[in-house]
Amino acid sequence: MKISKYIFVGILLGVTLYKAEAVSWFRIYEMFHFQSFHMYGIIFSAIIAGVGIVQAIKRTHMKSTEGREIVFHPKDRSIPRYLIGGIIFGLGWALAGVCPGPMFILMGSGYTVFIVFLAAAMAGTFAYGLLRSRLPH
Amino acid sequence: MVPDFLIQFKEFISQPWPWWVAGPMIALIMFILLFFGKEFGISANLRVMCAADGAGRFADFFNFDWQSQGWNLMVALGAMFGGYIASHYFLGGSDVAHVSAATVESLKELGFNYGQGEVPLVPEFYSWESLFTLRGLIIIVGGGFLVGFGARYAGGCTSGHAISGLSALQLPSLIAVVGFFIGGLVMTHLVFPILF
Repeated sequence: MKISKYIFVGILLGVTLYKAEAVSWFRIYEMFHFQSFHMYGIIFSAIIAGVGIVQAIKRTHMKSTEGREIVFHPKDRSIPRYLIGGIIFGLGWALAGVCPGPMFILMGSGYTVFIVFLAAAMAGTFAYGLLRSRLPH
Repeated sequence: MVPDFLIQFKEFISQPWPWWVAGPMIALIMFILLFFGKEFGISANLRVMCAADGAGRFADFFNFDWQSQGWNLMVALGAMFGGYIASHYFLGGSDVAHVSAATVESLKELGFNYGQGEVPLVPEFYSWESLFTLRGLIIIVGGGFLVGFGARYAGGCTSGHAISGLSALQLPSLIAVVGFFIGGLVMTHLVFPILF
């Protein structure tokens, strides 16, 4: 497996989110107070460009470098799973000011305490794995 | 001698990046991964890391071909490098979050007394010392747990649902993003006044 290209993609992601201040707890706080367009601008412009990209891929039946046509798997239809899971995620996102991408980015920026955050996030994922069959999906 | 245009380029990228650069860049990242036959979703790494640590002995959820997901771990590793590069080589001399005047004011209600243009990029409770305070522990460990649990329950995080999912016009992703905002608004407006 050629891994260097994925490291490059990650670097692009890390530099972008850091330079756009999307890794900032204060920016997330500002977003949830609707006091600036900045974070919404990032998300909306990404989605608008993304919709165009996905439509172009579908219309041209673009193939990936692996030689297969790029397909989009529809996600399972459900409400409780996405809503409850989403709310729990949102609570953590606003509390710590980071989602999983910035977690890695800040670790690399020298905030080594995010090793603890990562361990806690793994514990959360593990707890979900244990409780999965008993949760509404 | 360094050519002028290189110096100008460095000064240009050293500024904070506007949203209209960052957003399309994130879409480009999604496209590159699709082009490689992969899906953009950072939180999936948490499941991979649990599985790699042997979590499959405790829950079937972790019994999957996690070795095939090594590429995503490399994206996460690259994100760490990216954070290092951005913070060490072209931060542009200021470690500031350029938040609005309204945010500077409402931060004062939480006890953050920063002037305009003085709000740091990251809060001081991102430190090992604060981990030994109740508030710091709640933020780092509690926040991490909620993010890890919620991301997998919802089947994705900001990258997987808000970017990849909404770009593919997936209704489930819209429900998840609505959930992200309900949770975020509850935390920011109802819990923060108690916590701070």
